[in-house]
Amino acid sequence: MDNQRRKFLKIAGISALAGIGAPALAKLTSTSAFAAAQEGHTAAAGAAHGATEQSGIQLGMVIDMRKFIEKPEMLDRAIAACARVHNVPEFPPEKKKSEIKWIWKTPFENAFTDQSQARLSTAVEHAQFPVLCNHCAEPACVKVCPTKATFKQKDNGIVAMDYHRCIGCRFCMAGCPYGARSFNWEDPRPYVKTYNPDFPTRMRGVVEKCNFCGERLALGLKPACVEACEGSGAMVFGDINDEKSEVRQVLAKEFTIQRNASAGTKPSVFYIV
Amino acid sequence: MIEKTLKGKPAYWIWLAFLGTFVAIGAACYVRQYIYGLALTGMSRDVSWGIYISQFTFLVGVAAGGLMLVLPYYIHDYKAFGKLTILGEFLAISAIAMCLMFIMADLGQPLRGLNMILHPTPNSMLFWDMVVLLGYLTLNVLCGWVILTAERKGVHPPKWIYIFVYISIPFAVSIHTVTAMLYCGLPGRHFWLSAIIAPRFLASAFAAGPALIVVACLIMKRVAHFDAGKEALAKLSTIIMYAAIINTFFVILEFFVGYYSNVPGHIHSLQYLFFGLEHHGHVYNNLVPFMWGSVFLNFAGLGLLAYMKFNEWTDGMLGAACVMIFFALWIDKGLGFVLGGFVPNMLDQVVEYYPTANEVGITLGIWAAGFFLVTVLYKIAVGVEHEIE
Amino acid sequence: MYNKGTIIPGLIIFVLILTSPIWYNGLKAGDLPKPEAPMGVGKQCVLPVQEMRDTHMQLLNQWRDEVLRDDDRSTVVVNGKTYRKGLQMACMQCHTDKEKFCDTCHEYASVKPYCWDCHLTPKQAVSKKETH
Repeated sequence: MDNQRRKFLKIAGISALAGIGAPALAKLTSTSAFAAAQEGHTAAAGAAHGATEQSGIQLGMVIDMRKFIEKPEMLDRAIAACARVHNVPEFPPEKKKSEIKWIWKTPFENAFTDQSQARLSTAVEHAQFPVLCNHCAEPACVKVCPTKATFKQKDNGIVAMDYHRCIGCRFCMAGCPYGARSFNWEDPRPYVKTYNPDFPTRMRGVVEKCNFCGERLALGLKPACVEACEGSGAMVFGDINDEKSEVRQVLAKEFTIQRNASAGTKPSVFYIV
Repeated sequence: MIEKTLKGKPAYWIWLAFLGTFVAIGAACYVRQYIYGLALTGMSRDVSWGIYISQFTFLVGVAAGGLMLVLPYYIHDYKAFGKLTILGEFLAISAIAMCLMFIMADLGQPLRGLNMILHPTPNSMLFWDMVVLLGYLTLNVLCGWVILTAERKGVHPPKWIYIFVYISIPFAVSIHTVTAMLYCGLPGRHFWLSAIIAPRFLASAFAAGPALIVVACLIMKRVAHFDAGKEALAKLSTIIMYAAIINTFFVILEFFVGYYSNVPGHIHSLQYLFFGLEHHGHVYNNLVPFMWGSVFLNFAGLGLLAYMKFNEWTDGMLGAACVMIFFALWIDKGLGFVLGGFVPNMLDQVVEYYPTANEVGITLGIWAAGFFLVTVLYKIAVGVEHEIE
Repeated sequence: MYNKGTIIPGLIIFVLILTSPIWYNGLKAGDLPKPEAPMGVGKQCVLPVQEMRDTHMQLLNQWRDEVLRDDDRSTVVVNGKTYRKGLQMACMQCHTDKEKFCDTCHEYASVKPYCWDCHLTPKQAVSKKETH
């Protein structure tokens, strides 16, 4: 009886939220999603020694490079959307030293440093890959932070930053095996093109990076980059620990690779090349 | 005892004024950096630690090096070091003070430094580094001061202080081990990801620290009539020689592992530091002259020390050998180790780092402040020594 | 006592310097600040006025920790209107003028919160508006 009521509430909750207009992401923001993720998971056979199936929600992303190779301008749109939403500054070339990156593009050889670079297909060799924070299941940056200014969000697996607490020691930048973190070497505001009034800028002296749009997820929106590629399937976002999620369906169907998987941090961003 | 710092020959005051000038310049540079931000340094997203952190790393070693005086005297009852242990302790105090200043200079938000204590995070090696450094600083202040006070009064130091002296021995090892763990536990940085980093750090520390003390002794022999004794200096030179040889051995092992295994990640940083790293048709090699300078100084210093073992030696030779070893290790650890680890970056790109004038100003200022402190502390130690003679 | 002649005048000078701001301001604390209340949104805030005056900084810290660290982005309702927790997203929706509201007291009390190093005042937010 109880079980049924819970199910009913869950369905009611989800459909209510779906009504607001967030069908795909409702699961991630409602508390019932947590229970759903913990229920009935069949553990996938661990590929590595001692690998355990992760539980709880872990937001992740599949990036389909076939789509980006077809429409490279889509990636520029995604990067611009991210910068606009998060007030990410854009420094002129002579100030490259101070640059801030959340999501940016780079060739295969730079994105996948531990993959073979030999005899790449022409398309891949010339493609620009989007790279961003991997929101690792076991992030090195979180392990090394001396103040818990960067931490793993329990309810969705996002590797988040608390800019109020960061002391700017940059240990996380040394620790991150993806080069995903940027430091505000100077006041970023003069280089922010347009302000999003809903989001702060950063102050100088703190580290920043992609936050998987935690603030947008709370509103039932998709991450800005994902939204910019809407409809193309170039970026699929969701809970990679939930078998029923769209992102898991894609992962089950396609062969994907991760950046620098040998670092052991269990990255949550997958690429279809 | 502090009053001893207020009386000195003109040379003493000129030396302090000279250092004071650099401290003032460094302070002015720091004010600029504090107001404008760390963009005034040469650091970037790709080389996110520069000479501040590399100096810090080297100086932790200098602080730990005092162990090579404390250990023989207190554990092995090696009497010849009796006059010198206080110098090791006072050098450790100054070196750790410099370490703390370099850390503060490097922080993006120095006013939030206390967050390390307000939000203690045991999984971060930086937290443990703070714990052991502050612990070692406290132990040295306590032991140095109590023992020197007893010496001045011509009595035996109180028994309880020996507990702290013995505790300070593992602490000295721990400060440099934990500092090595800052680097060797990071998954993506192949140059640092090596179990030999901690032993290598300790070996170089046990050469660099005593080398500096020997140089200080030789200078004080001339300017302050402080004679460390020929036996003590000879023994120290042996310690320096063995430690430097072990360090050299460890570095050669790194070369073997990298080049014999042919694993790219293990080769790249060494290639960049010693031969220049080719990347898209450009060879990046701005640290190559320094690293070969270090190799030359290291072997020249070792050669001279070896020569001294079989022949009559002079203070000049000993001083020259120690200066060479000290600079060799300073380049090795205080420059190459930290900067080399960032090349190539996590995306296999190469960005070379050049410190800016402002950054060098702050660095020199902190070194000068450290030498200022060590001068003043040694003045006290030597003053007490003269008083009881 | 040795050197009475120097120590006592020295102490007096020290105390005078230490208390100089008091003498400089003629024993007055200056005019009390009058922060300008927001117009046309009613008198209601998330807490009673006196409580806000005393503890708004604690509340902001609490919101910050809830939103950023615990991902608790639940909303607050004031006067039937829903706000998302946050300085920009809640407070400054009504208190639109930082200079006339926040700064008046902060300047008087000589406190310099670093909120606006990151957070945008409505004025700043429109200074670089999206143009499309």
